Formats: sequence, structure tokens, C-alpha cells
Amino acid sequence: MSSRTTTTKEATADTVSATGLTGASRTMTSAAITAEADGFDPAARVSVNKAYKMYVGGAFVRSESGRYFQERGRGEVGGSADPLVVNVPRGSRKDARDAVLAAKNAGDGWASRTAYNRGQILYRLAEVMESRRDELRTSLERGGAGHHGAQAAHEVESAIDRAVYYAGFCDKYQALVASLNPVAGPHFGFSWPEPMGVVAVVAPERPALLGLVSTVLPVIAGGNTCVVIAGSEDARTAVLWCECLATSDLPGGVVNLLTGQAGEMAPHLARHREVIAVDAWSDDSELTAALEREGSGNVKRVRTHGPEDTARLATEAGQGLGFIERFLETKTVWHPVGV
Amino acid sequence: MTAENEKGLVHEGQASPPALDFGRAWEYAPSPEATDHVRIAPRQELYVGGRWITPRSGRYFDTVNPATEEKLAEVAEADERDVDDAVQAARRAYDRYWSKMRGSERAKYVFRIARALQEKARELAIVESLDGGKPIKESRDVDLPLAAAHFFYHAGWADKLDYAFQGRAWRSLGVAGQIIPWNFPLLMAAWKLAPALACGNTVVLKPAETTPLTALLLARIIEEAELPPGVVNVVTGAGATGAALAGHPGVDKVAFTGSTEVGKKIQRALAGTKKKLTLELGGKAANVVFADAPIDQAIEGIINGIYFNQGHVCCAGSRLLVEESVHDLVVRKLEDRIATLRVGDPLDKNTDVGAINSRAQLDKIRELVAAGESEGAQRHSAPCVLPARGYFFAPTFFTGVAQSSRIAREEIFGPVLSVLTFRTPDEAVEKANNTMYGLSAGVWTDKGAKIFWMAQRLKAGVVWGNTYNKFDPSSPFGGYKESGFGREGGRQGLLAYTELL
Repeated sequence: MSSRTTTTKEATADTVSATGLTGASRTMTSAAITAEADGFDPAARVSVNKAYKMYVGGAFVRSESGRYFQERGRGEVGGSADPLVVNVPRGSRKDARDAVLAAKNAGDGWASRTAYNRGQILYRLAEVMESRRDELRTSLERGGAGHHGAQAAHEVESAIDRAVYYAGFCDKYQALVASLNPVAGPHFGFSWPEPMGVVAVVAPERPALLGLVSTVLPVIAGGNTCVVIAGSEDARTAVLWCECLATSDLPGGVVNLLTGQAGEMAPHLARHREVIAVDAWSDDSELTAALEREGSGNVKRVRTHGPEDTARLATEAGQGLGFIERFLETKTVWHPVGV
Repeated sequence: MTAENEKGLVHEGQASPPALDFGRAWEYAPSPEATDHVRIAPRQELYVGGRWITPRSGRYFDTVNPATEEKLAEVAEADERDVDDAVQAARRAYDRYWSKMRGSERAKYVFRIARALQEKARELAIVESLDGGKPIKESRDVDLPLAAAHFFYHAGWADKLDYAFQGRAWRSLGVAGQIIPWNFPLLMAAWKLAPALACGNTVVLKPAETTPLTALLLARIIEEAELPPGVVNVVTGAGATGAALAGHPGVDKVAFTGSTEVGKKIQRALAGTKKKLTLELGGKAANVVFADAPIDQAIEGIINGIYFNQGHVCCAGSRLLVEESVHDLVVRKLEDRIATLRVGDPLDKNTDVGAINSRAQLDKIRELVAAGESEGAQRHSAPCVLPARGYFFAPTFFTGVAQSSRIAREEIFGPVLSVLTFRTPDEAVEKANNTMYGLSAGVWTDKGAKIFWMAQRLKAGVVWGNTYNKFDPSSPFGGYKESGFGREGGRQGLLAYTELL
């Protein structure tokens, strides 16, 4: 049974994972079937397993590459059967580019929504997450972060509360960062925040749900759209959260979630001309340095965060105005005053 | 070809309108600013740790007056060892004095600098014009008053920073390495130094190699203001000195104003270092003129937008987008107006357009203008007589410019305007935003709603409505897209020199 508690198993190589039919995995599967066969009840209902897909442009899609990686379930979790093995799309460079296009196309529409409307949609997201809290909790438990029921439940509650927090921030931050500029002359001058555009987010591996919510929501609360690479250790919970997004009146393309390897996809996003900012939460300092380097090609706003920053996401310090402000652009307008 | 003028009259045969003949009415007697009270030391040293020191390299480079090509002084060339000395001095000053001082006391030092700048304003303006070629009326009426205002404004923040970030805790960053361009040498030094000092950082400043003199005079002011030694250090030199400063491991923050090309290199070099970075880079601003604009005011704004400081302005309105129905009228008025610009001696108080900053910059302008001609655009240059010596370029604009043309895409950084047309507001937005840059933009229209409609859609950090090239220390300035990131000025500008906890 030990193999069934493994959280994530990366398929060995591209060519192999594209078919998935290696000798090693056959052997493993046979062993598992033998062990499980003893408990078979021929009269029992057979559960319907979900295909996990990436969320791009408002649709759930497979990787164009056809590649996948595998996450392993834990058998019985929360009273429901869980598949032994789940195939998750392993996103490619092309998937990343498609996601940027979807984010770009959604940009103007999302940015021109009223702040009030953006807040309502994020609040709707919180409602949907609340209604699916058991499912989210179960997903975290089987995601294998060593979460026991109470910890997983706490993470889900924190994530929902964070959604409410940012829902309420959508029409507040402007007043906090805008300014009336007392310029010395007969001019009316003021500055207001605007969204930057398409932001690439490399979500932290842990906490799988709260980390994702904490990094994505402030970006879209500020009117940006994003391409987010989910942590690969519990990609299923990320996809499940996208199902919440998809039923929250959030326009397609505002959040685009890729599953797979950040190291593979993120540098392409950092090089992409239509991506204006990168927010990378990764313990891999080589990767974050690479993103900073590649981002210089079009003067991207690249923010990178190490383990100590990620650890704060689960605390009160994991939310705030600063999370929104760092992906806002200040626009200053002058006009003469006179008759 | 016909063109309607503002009274609805139609001029026939406008292909080459008759030149205006002002007779001798527009000739002015020379009105040179007196320079006899200004002494420039023939040899300029580095200001490090509160002392004036000779460079370890032993090397000096010349700084010349671009209006006469005469040498003004020789200036120390700081190498890596000099930069290292300066960074260490700044670190010591940060640890010993500046980070421990109360904000109210830091403020008083910065106020002192502001006052001294006002007291020495004329001297500094003259040196600025001598070293950089800008007209004295600009250095005297724009650069100096604004530089003093920046220190005055930021001094007041030093003891009020707890209010600046909505209750969030903050800390200073440490040692800031600041690299300054040659177009507003003293003003850009003020933009960078004032917020850095107010927020509790110490500084190593590197002025541009063609315009180091006013930064060194500013160092003298800082010395006379008795700032603790090492709080501000000035190292002179060219690109290698700047690279050594940006790359020094003891620097916590790099602030750069200059070309997008160099900005990208700095950003790349800083990857993985944890240094904070702000960049204020190039621009190719659209100045959008609608048919309902007050045309004569707009003409003044266009002229100011592109010919201010010889067009050596990152936010210059270098792409004029004119609504098609007024194109011919605007072009005629522009031709008339550039004929009245006085080009020549920067120290003459009547001069509108001074000298191009350097031979290299003049060559670049000539190259791009040649490209504009070879790409088929029609050139209109002011019929002025240029001085025999020095680096000068007649105010010029191009009509019939394609969006794909180099002169519509690349930053010329000279007195050269590209005129394009549009028919609808949507097209104006599309064309205005069709650039990798996003520093500034102008909008000219009599309709208030249209100003705001445009302002919301223009991807630019500063939008001037029915005005252009206005600056103030309380007004955040900085770019979208490849014009850089971070703001200078206002509460927002403080974020560049603090870390929020």
C-alpha cells in the first residue's frame, strides 16, 4: 500500500509519459490490482472518476502536448472512494502561450468592470468555495501535505475568508493609493492606480489551496488577468478551485491555470512579450533568478518570494494592500485650471 | 490641396504655403547671461566619505561645452576600486549615522540642501547650461527651481513616513546606487537623492559622463550642509563606472534613469541578487490633438512637448497624432512656429533651443533623421542659421510618417517630431499605445469627457491634458511597459526607497 500514499509521481520522461505504458508502471498497477481485488464487491456501484484538466480561457482543457503526470490518491478519504492514480495534464510552452492569449483577451473586459462588480464576483467565489468546502477539504487531505482533517478544514476556511477579504478590497484600494497632487501651479493633478495587464503567477507548492488563493486573488482584485502555474504536488486541488472560479461569474480568461512543471513553463512566461509582470513563489532560487533575468527582455515587473515569504501566506501577514499594490501601475494626470 | 484655417477660410495651393516674413521684427540683440562670477575648477575629484579624493585609477576625462566644443574641466574617472570605496563609505554612514537618526533630524539636513540650491541657483543654472547645452532660461526657470523643490518636498516626508503607507511598517533599504542621465543632470540627481535621503538611505551617485559638473557642485552643497560623511558620495565616470556601481554586492538598491537598452542590461545583471531596482527609461510619447482642441494652445503644447530641452526629454511628445481634419492646419501652424524658435547660444537668455548634448547624440539624431527621409517621410526643418561651432540641430518635424517608420518607433531624443494622423478616438488610442514605451502622453481637446476617456485608455504613466511637460515633486512620474517601473515623486515615489514589512 505504500505506493498508494505517494502524493505525486512524475512520469519518468517525456516520451514515456506520453504513452504511460512503461514496464514499471504495469508492474505496479498489477500489484495494486491484486491487493485491491480481495475487497471487490461485484454488486457495488462503480464510482465515476473525474478527468482533471487545466483551466484556460474559461474552459477545462488538456495539454496540447498530450503529456501528463500522475498524482496518486489515498483510497478512502472522507468517506468517498478516490482513484488510485489520477492523470493530470503536464502543460507545455504552447499551453502557456495559449493561456497568455486568453488572459490578454480577457484583460480589457476585466479591467473595465466596475470595482463594485469585481468585488461581487470575488464574493460569489467565496460563496461557491463555502458550498464546496467539504470537497476542498477532502481534496487537500488526499493531496498528501500531511494534512489531517482539522488542518485541511482550517486551510479551506482561511482560503474562503481570504476570498471575502479581497472581495471587499476591490473598491477600496484605489482610495488608499490614489492621490491628489498639490502641484505648484495652476493645474489639477491626480494619480490613480491601474492594472498592469497580464501577470504570470508561479503559485507556491504549499499551502496548496491557501497559497493559490493568496497569490491569485490580489492580482485579479487589482483588475489584472493572470496565468498561474499551480504547484505540482497537489494540482488536483488547484483544478478543483478552478471549478469554483468557473461557477463564480468570473469571466473566462481572467484566471488561467496551468498544471505541470513550473521550471518548464515559467521561463517561457517570463520571456513572453504580452506578460507584463511575474509573481513567483518558489523555493527554487535558480528558477526565480532565471525569471528575473528573462523578465528583463521587456522590463517586466518581476517579484520573487522565497520560503520565508511563502511561510507567511498562512498567517495574517499573508494578505494586505501590498499584495494588490505591487501589480498596480500609477497613472498621473494633469490638467490646467482656469477660465 | 486645401486646408481650412480656424476661421473656416480655405487656402488654395497649400503644398508649400508662403513663408511668413517677419522682417527684422524677430531679431533680438544678444542677451548673454553673465558668467564671470562662476568658477569651474579645472580638475574635478571624486566625493567619497565626505572628502574629495583623487581616483585610484589616476585617470581623468574631459567634459566639454557642447555649444563651443571647448573643454570645461577634467573629471576623475572612478574605477571599481573607487566605487568600492564609495559603497563602503555609504555603508558605514548608513550603519553609524543615517539609519539611526530620527526622521526629524534627517529632514533638517535635506531642508538645508534645498535652501542652498536656492541660494546657489544661478551659478548652478549657468554651469548646467555650460556643461549640457540647455538654454539658460530652462535651466534657470525649470531645472533649478524644481531641483530645490524636490529636496524641499521630500525633506518634509522624512519624519512622516509612518503616515505614508497606511499604517504598514516600513524600513529603509540601505545603500542606494543611483545612475543619472545627462538630459537633466542636476534635476535627476535631485529626483533620486531627495527621496533616498528622506527615507533613510545613503547614496552613491553616478552622474553622466558628459554632464558631471552640477552633481559635483551638489556634492559641495552637501558637504557645506554638513551631512555626515559618506551619506552622499559622488563617483564620476562613464558606463563602466555605472556598471561597477550597479553590480557592487554592497548596494541594496539601484535606481537608473536612462535608455531602455541599458535599463534592460541592468535589470538582467541584477537578476537573483535581491537588490531592489527602479528604472526610468525611454519614451515615444503620443501627443494627441483632436479637431475640437484649441489649436493655438495645442501648437504651443506641441512645440514645448518636443523642443523643450532640445528634445532630450524621455517624456517628449515625439509622436504627434493629429485628427485628420485639422492636419493641414496644424502642419502650417507648426511650420510657422518653428520658424520663430531661436536656436543657438545656450547662455543667451532669448535662446529657445540650445546645443545638442554631445557629438554622439548629434550623430544619432542625424542618423534617424536620414532614416526618416529615406523611408519617405517629408521633412520640415526650421530655417534657422546654426552656429558654426558646437553641436546644434535645427528644430525639425516630419509629415507623412508611417507607423512602421523608425522615426515613429525609436526614441530620437532630439528636436525631431513625427506627425501622424487619425480619424476616430479609437484609432487615436490604438496608435498612441502602439509602442513598447509608455512613459507619457498628451491629449488636446475642448471636451472634458474626451480627456478622461483618453486618459483612461492611454497606456502611459503621465497623461497631460491640454498641457505638456509639467513636473512637480508632489506628482508621481514614471512609466508603463518598457519605459520602466517605479515612480519618482509624490507619496508613491517613497515606495522606491523603502521596504514595507
